[in-house]
Amino acid sequence: MPYALVSPYFLLFAAFGLFPLAFTLYYSLHDYDLAGGSEWTGLGNYASLLADDDFWNAVVNTIGMFVIATVPQMLLALFLANALNKRFRFRLAIRMSVLLPLVTSVVAVAVVFTQLYARDWGLVNYLLSWFGVETTNWRAERIPSWIAIATMVDWRWTGYNAIIFLAGMQTIPRDLYEAAAIDGASRRRQFWQITLPMLRPTMIFVVLNSTIGGLTLFSEPTTFYNGNVDGGSQGQFQTVAMFIVKQGFREFDYGYAAAAAWLLFLLILIGALVNFLVVRRIGGTK
Amino acid sequence: MTNWSPTILTRVMLAIAVFLSAFPLYWMLVIASRTNADAVAVPPPFLPGGNLGENIIAVLNNEDAKFLLGLTNSFIVASVVTVSVVVISTLAGFSFANLQFKGKNVLLVLVLLTMAVPLQQMGVVPLYRLMVDLGWTGTLQAVILPYLLNGFGVFLMTQYTRQAVPMELVEAARVDGAATLRIWWNVVLPAVRPGMAVLGINTFMLMWNDFMWPLIVLTPDNPTVQIAITSLNARFSTNYTLIFAGTALSIIPLIAVFILFGRQIVGGLMEGAVKA
Repeated sequence: MPYALVSPYFLLFAAFGLFPLAFTLYYSLHDYDLAGGSEWTGLGNYASLLADDDFWNAVVNTIGMFVIATVPQMLLALFLANALNKRFRFRLAIRMSVLLPLVTSVVAVAVVFTQLYARDWGLVNYLLSWFGVETTNWRAERIPSWIAIATMVDWRWTGYNAIIFLAGMQTIPRDLYEAAAIDGASRRRQFWQITLPMLRPTMIFVVLNSTIGGLTLFSEPTTFYNGNVDGGSQGQFQTVAMFIVKQGFREFDYGYAAAAAWLLFLLILIGALVNFLVVRRIGGTK
Repeated sequence: MTNWSPTILTRVMLAIAVFLSAFPLYWMLVIASRTNADAVAVPPPFLPGGNLGENIIAVLNNEDAKFLLGLTNSFIVASVVTVSVVVISTLAGFSFANLQFKGKNVLLVLVLLTMAVPLQQMGVVPLYRLMVDLGWTGTLQAVILPYLLNGFGVFLMTQYTRQAVPMELVEAARVDGAATLRIWWNVVLPAVRPGMAVLGINTFMLMWNDFMWPLIVLTPDNPTVQIAITSLNARFSTNYTLIFAGTALSIIPLIAVFILFGRQIVGGLMEGAVKA
């Protein structure tokens, strides 16, 4: 009987988990032409990818946007969580409102941000003009486009991560703070010396989650270019996920796309490992 | 002693956070209720106008966008996936939490592993070929099927059942001669309902938002709502009021869910985070 109860999940796992993974490997070792024919090519697709400037461009874009988005997001989420952990009125309402971005649809919000970042009439350029900043063409240039996309990602996820951090903070025993206060530690010191180190398990969860999400980024940059997976006229914000869709479903080069999918997986593993090591060091000096 | 009341700085920070969280949505409403001339004016308009109803009707009546069909399709996809995932996960969670069987731990590790792999991105080529072979491209079942696999759901319900249904309760029911399925129905289900709610809300929102896979496997003739917005955006790229009215329509169901279940969403997230 127990097997019958878990079997629906594992049948689905076989059909939509194991089968696609195994066949992605199979496809990645073959060359496909537009007519549907295929031939064995061994590691040929992987070799071509590693020599393909467009692929490396997508890798650099993905990592660049990930870093620009994630570093400020983690810091903001931490400080926001610390603020949310205080006593104040309308606590639930404020916690709910920082989660509001999460429950809105990604594409809808990306459309709104794209309009906010429009060159000639966008609100962002208008506000910046008050400070004498020259008109920025957010979509046409590499770094500005990364920043624009990073703000979309951060808008969506900062509040969510703050709530997760908040949950972690609430498991830290209060007497630790009381003891520190008696010893004369300032609140700022308490944050760095108690909260941060005690929060490490939560931080690992949040960072790993952000790594998977950030390195598979697709919806925001695609919507930023009106639903086109080229990622700008020069591919300046094409991510690896967009590269895979372009190769597989715009140019129907299945083998190439499948090989890129495995390299994306490798990139995620490396990213997860690096971030795990970084977080483990935070606050863990002694 | 420790002072937990907020400083001025904290209050200001919270106010800014609330403002920034709400602003893009407010902006959506501003543009959706204006005219196209207003939308590209410098300086931009800061207050809503009076054209919201008109713009919404224009979107719904736009033959190319198929917006109403998109909304309906998204509703079907999200509902079917939500119900299936909740049922499958609750059954498996009960089994993992309360029953003994050989290979249980290995299977549980397998579930955890599937959570770590972004399957929908990784397996996209074979999944697409599978749908082509089945002749299902452009259909809703092609969107639904890959998402019935949800490792997070099984994990969440296993954790939740462990905590909500003590083993003694299951054993007592068994001594009374209840069959396993009856125990599930009469003992487990009532106890794990809050966990099912959290999983259900999460899954619904995730599916409503899904973009990459529908973009690959569907055509603009039979879109989900996200694809409908994308078509609007591609075809009428400067018709901001039309597009924004569409985006506003697309988030109404999510906002409704949020207003109804916001407390559970916050609570569920915080509980889940501590257990994970």
